[in-house]
Amino acid sequence: MSKPRVPVIEGMFREGLDGTGRLLGGRCPTCGASFFPKQWSFCRNPACGGTELDDVELSTRGTLWSFADNRYAPPPPYPGREPFEPYGVAAVELAEEQMVVLGQLAAGTDVATLALGREMELIIEALYETDDAVHTVWKWRAI
Amino acid sequence: MAGDEVVVLGVGMHPWGKWGRNFVEYGAVAARAALADAGLAWSEVDYLAAGNTMRNGYPGYVSGSTFAQALGWRGIPVSSSYAACASGVVAIESARARILAGMADVAVVVGADTAPKGFFGPLPGDRPEDPDWLRFHVLGATNPTYFALYARRRMELYGATTKDFAAVKIKNSRHGVANPYARYRKEFTADQIDESPIVADPLRLVDICATSDGGAAVVLASAEFAAQRADRARHVRVAAISTVTPSYPNTYLDMPDIATDSAVGAPPLERSFRDSIAHAAYEEAGVGPDDLSCAEVYDLSTALELDWYENIGLCGSGEAEALLHSGATTLGGRIPVNASGGLASFGEAIPAQAIAQVCELTWQLRGEAGERQVDDATVGLSINQGLFGHGSCVIVTR
Repeated sequence: MSKPRVPVIEGMFREGLDGTGRLLGGRCPTCGASFFPKQWSFCRNPACGGTELDDVELSTRGTLWSFADNRYAPPPPYPGREPFEPYGVAAVELAEEQMVVLGQLAAGTDVATLALGREMELIIEALYETDDAVHTVWKWRAI
Repeated sequence: MAGDEVVVLGVGMHPWGKWGRNFVEYGAVAARAALADAGLAWSEVDYLAAGNTMRNGYPGYVSGSTFAQALGWRGIPVSSSYAACASGVVAIESARARILAGMADVAVVVGADTAPKGFFGPLPGDRPEDPDWLRFHVLGATNPTYFALYARRRMELYGATTKDFAAVKIKNSRHGVANPYARYRKEFTADQIDESPIVADPLRLVDICATSDGGAAVVLASAEFAAQRADRARHVRVAAISTVTPSYPNTYLDMPDIATDSAVGAPPLERSFRDSIAHAAYEEAGVGPDDLSCAEVYDLSTALELDWYENIGLCGSGEAEALLHSGATTLGGRIPVNASGGLASFGEAIPAQAIAQVCELTWQLRGEAGERQVDDATVGLSINQGLFGHGSCVIVTR
C-alpha cells in the first residue's frame, strides 16, 4: 500500500494523477493581474480597484530568474528530513502572468547545470514523509 | 531650506557583540552616550522614538516606553516603530516629523537588540497566511536563500564571481578593524574566505552578516534649538530621510514573498524599488551621487553591497565590481563605502543598525572617525531595506 499524498498546505496547489501540478492563484477579471497565493479576495493593483478575483491555475512553465543551493537546515517551521539534505531553490518567471514564483528544485535537477533563462516546469513532489503520509509541495524541474 | 532640516546634536552606541544581556541595557547605554555627546541631559528631551525588536517579548514591541522607563519616566510622549531592518530610520523619521511640526525641540531616537543564534526564523505559531511563516515552512527559504538568489543573479547577469564578493568582505573587514564598536575587528584574507563553509550557494558563511546584540542612539534637535548651542561646528544636518515603500507592480522577488506582483495590466515602473529608495532622498536633499563623500550601505551579504552601489547611483548596472576593484569604495578612495566596517564587521542588530549607520556618518562628517576617517567628508548617505517593503535612506550634510 502506498501512502496517501497530502499537500503541505491546503489550497495552494493541485496535483494531477501523474505528478504534474498546478499552482492555484487568483486573477483579476478587470486588469488581468495574477496573484499567488490568492490570499485576498480583491485586486492589489492600485489603479484597478477590482473587488473580486477569479480562481485560476497558473502556467506550469517559465524561465529561470535565479537559483540557490541551501546547505544548512533551516529553522522551524521547515519540516525537513532527518538527516538534513541540501536542497536547491529556483525563482521562475512565468511569461503569461509576468510574475516570479519561488519553489524548491525537483529531485534530479542539478544546480550546477542551471543558468538564467533555462526553461523550467512545475511538478509536485514530496517535501517530507511521515509514517502515514507523503507531504507534497510544488517544485521546479529543469526541462 | 534650513527651516525644514533637523540637526544631529549627538550620537552614541553600545558595542556590537553576542553579549547575551537584556537589549534594554544596550539601548540605555547608547542613549546616555548620545546625550553626553550632545552635552544635553535627559531632562531636556521632549520626545523619544524607538525601533522595536520582535524577539524580546512585550518590552520589544513597546520599545519607546521601555527605553523611557529605563532612562527614568518623565512624562514625555514616545513612539515605537517596527519596519524590520528599516525600523531605526522610521523611528528617526518619527522624531524628525515631531520636531518639524513644532511639537518638540529635542528628541532621542534609540534602537537595540538581543539576537538569537543562527538563522532568523519567523515568529512561533502556525500561520499559513503569513508570508514570513509560509516561506520557511513550504520552501525552507531562509534570509541567506534570498541573498543567494540575488548574488547568483549578479553572477549570471554581470559575470560577477565569488572572488568579487570576497573582495567586499576583505575591504569591509579591513575598515572594521579600526572601529571600537564593531563586533569583528579582524581583517580577512582571500584564503580564509575560501575555507568558509557554503551556507547558500554561491554565498559562504563569511559573505553573510551575523546576528548581533547592539544598541545605537541619536539626539535630534530643531534648527532653532541647535543654533543656540555652543558646539555648532560639530553639528550635522539631516538633509533627507526616505522611508519609501514599493510601487505596484513590484516584480523583483523581495523577502519574505514567494511570488512577485504580476506586471499584467499595469504600466512598467520608472525605477525599481531599491532604486527608488535613494532617489527619493536625493530629490529631497537636492544632491546626487556625485556629491557623496561616503556611504553606509546595508551589506546583509557581500554581493548585496555591490547591488547597492548601483541602486544609489555610484555606477551603472553591472559596473559595481569594476568600481570596487578600482579602490573607489575603499577608505582613501573617491567614495568610501562602509567605512564603519559595515554589517560584515558588525553583524546585524535589527532595530539599531540603521541608527548605527547614521552614527557613523555623523562621526565622519564631524571628522571624529579616527583611523577610519574619510577625508573632508561633507555629505553622507545611509541606505537599507527592511523586509515586507520598507525602504530607508538618510542623507546628512555638514
